[in-house]
Amino acid sequence: MEWRHKDLLDITQLSKEDVAHIYETATYFQEINSRPVKKVPTLKGHSVVLFFAEPSTRTKTSFDMAGKRLSCDTFSLAKSSSSLTKGETLKDTALTLEAMNIDGIVIRHWASGAAAFMAERLDCSVINAGDGRHAHPTQALLDGFTFYQEWGSVEGKTILILGDIAHSRVARSNVLLLTMMGAKVRFCAPRTLLPANIKSWPVEVFTDVNQACKGVDAIMCLRLQLERQQAGLLPNVREYSRYFGLGPRQVELASPDVKILHPGPMNRGVEIDSALADSASSLVLDQVASGVAVRMALLYLYLTRKK
Amino acid sequence: MTNPELVIRKAVWKGEEVDLLVAHGKILDILPSSDAMYEGAEVVTARGYLLMPSLTDVHTHLREPGFEYKEDIASGLNAAVHGGFSNIMCMANTEPVNDNAVITDQMLHRARAEFPDGPRLYPIGALTKKLEGKELSPMYELADTGCVAFSNDGLPVKSTEIFRRALEYASDTGLPVIDHCEDPYLEVGAGVNEGAVSSLLGLAGQPDVAEAAQVARDLLLAEYLDIHIHLAHISCRKSVDLIAWAKKRGVKVTAETCPHYLLLTEEAVEGYGTDTKVNPPLRTADDVEALLQAIREGIIDMFATDHAPHAAHEKEVEFMVAPCGISGLDSALSLTWSLVASGKLTFDDFIRMWTTAPCKTFGLPLNGFNKGDVADFFLFAPDEEWILSPETMHSKGKNTPFMGQTLKGRVISHFLGGKKIV
Repeated sequence: MEWRHKDLLDITQLSKEDVAHIYETATYFQEINSRPVKKVPTLKGHSVVLFFAEPSTRTKTSFDMAGKRLSCDTFSLAKSSSSLTKGETLKDTALTLEAMNIDGIVIRHWASGAAAFMAERLDCSVINAGDGRHAHPTQALLDGFTFYQEWGSVEGKTILILGDIAHSRVARSNVLLLTMMGAKVRFCAPRTLLPANIKSWPVEVFTDVNQACKGVDAIMCLRLQLERQQAGLLPNVREYSRYFGLGPRQVELASPDVKILHPGPMNRGVEIDSALADSASSLVLDQVASGVAVRMALLYLYLTRKK
Repeated sequence: MTNPELVIRKAVWKGEEVDLLVAHGKILDILPSSDAMYEGAEVVTARGYLLMPSLTDVHTHLREPGFEYKEDIASGLNAAVHGGFSNIMCMANTEPVNDNAVITDQMLHRARAEFPDGPRLYPIGALTKKLEGKELSPMYELADTGCVAFSNDGLPVKSTEIFRRALEYASDTGLPVIDHCEDPYLEVGAGVNEGAVSSLLGLAGQPDVAEAAQVARDLLLAEYLDIHIHLAHISCRKSVDLIAWAKKRGVKVTAETCPHYLLLTEEAVEGYGTDTKVNPPLRTADDVEALLQAIREGIIDMFATDHAPHAAHEKEVEFMVAPCGISGLDSALSLTWSLVASGKLTFDDFIRMWTTAPCKTFGLPLNGFNKGDVADFFLFAPDEEWILSPETMHSKGKNTPFMGQTLKGRVISHFLGGKKIV
């Protein structure tokens, strides 16, 4: 299969066949990651900038490692800017990077649409590593790849996404990917943490976590940001964890082989019971390993695309 | 009988070929077209162009003083006159704010210096000092200097108590208050409707109830105090329903809407184009339908552009960061004319919405082509196509979601007080 996409902005750009191809490629790279010498010369001479305008440790490390294992030069550009602090404009950052003749940019940004903004202005590949609450396609792909390795396919599986969905780019991208690949998706969150216009989403919505968990094949927990309390979206962490946290009682209601996922970083004891995170059902660390393999696959496909 | 100084021959007015006679800046007569000789008169042959009364825009931002890099009074009025407008009302959110006679006077001076024969500028005074919503502005002084209305526009007064007192105080000056209806806490200035599109794009949206809730408050106050209130840029069905209810009860309310609310929906925001970011935001197809129906039924009284020019670099940023606003003076005539051409509105709706209603509501000179009316009119080629581009726009602000579109209907020449300006 010839890869022709220039940018990865959201899952909507991909077909089922594209996703299958990404998984095949990632499977190949996954094998490299288990070798004693985890480095191949595939992307030697290529350079990628990791532009992170929002704090991130795991995603950035994951991309950095993915690049280096393919012998791609990676450069970090951290920018501690917010909508309140005025610095260089995103346009100027884009043009500056372009002038350095790089092959790709991995961008994490606090503004929804920031990756698309870059992609419109740049000839090099733009890979969205999370833009505002809009999209986080590489996270969805690594979650999907984790399922793929576990189950072969998500076809016919029921997957619950539990937590702060309104502010979650992970949830948005996962709904697109999982439903495209044939899974049924459930949401569970208090009304204040569900997106507006939820009725038009292809999901089943619950506000009772026990009902939501009934018979599901996997549960994906989302991180709760503590500032949601100040914004008037929930009364306190205690009530949230009691009524919307995932504990052993909820897991008993799910399918016996239920898998538990979390994009991290976890608030143990808030959205997920600490022992559950470490249990045999947990795929949290598999997600991390998948992350490196999927990002290797993506860097490879986008940087060597047919132009 | 006075001799005409200017004769416009063979223009089309309401389907008839007419000759328009002008003397001393006023309409002298409008007659079936003939070959009559008018000694000493300048004769302009209109060759079948439509004769149109000049338009009035009750809601613009001309950015001077303070933000001349976005627009200034000269460039704003130039865009206005090329766009068919003779009367321009401008909002008070300048720097310094137009909350005192010195600023009002300066604005008027600049307008007269640049365009001594018009278009005419009518400043809107701040309703509260510095638009802070805390203390009343000196409204008598502003009225005496030339302001024609009061408004806090984009910074609506949060306190209902202060707003009530401002309405009462303003009513003593005889000038209306214009309110930008937006709940002060529901995602203020989001620039995108809360709904399908905001949800997909991951943007915090503003629900239509944020507008409608404030419309309801204003209507109840206007009825209780028996004071006229003018509602700015109405964008949604819920507001229309409330205004209809109030008008039935005899509440003294007038309302405006803008071209973009009639021609675009929230779907235009897909792709994060910041030129679609406007406050209130673009709504849904159902809201567009409701607004058009409200115009036909007279529930919405008038058009306004809410002309809000910005510099290119200010809009070429992340959607969340971009300022709200659409530059509208250059395209408003063609855009609203398209609604007449497509049969959604009638010619009479068009005339009422752009001339009769705004002029009567704010006491501005009106040309109804009656004897003695101010001779503000333009010759209009309704089918002539042109492309909206940075080069064809006269405003400094090129921020419009209609950029690049082929529009129909063009001002051929524009006469103000009988003098040819364009």
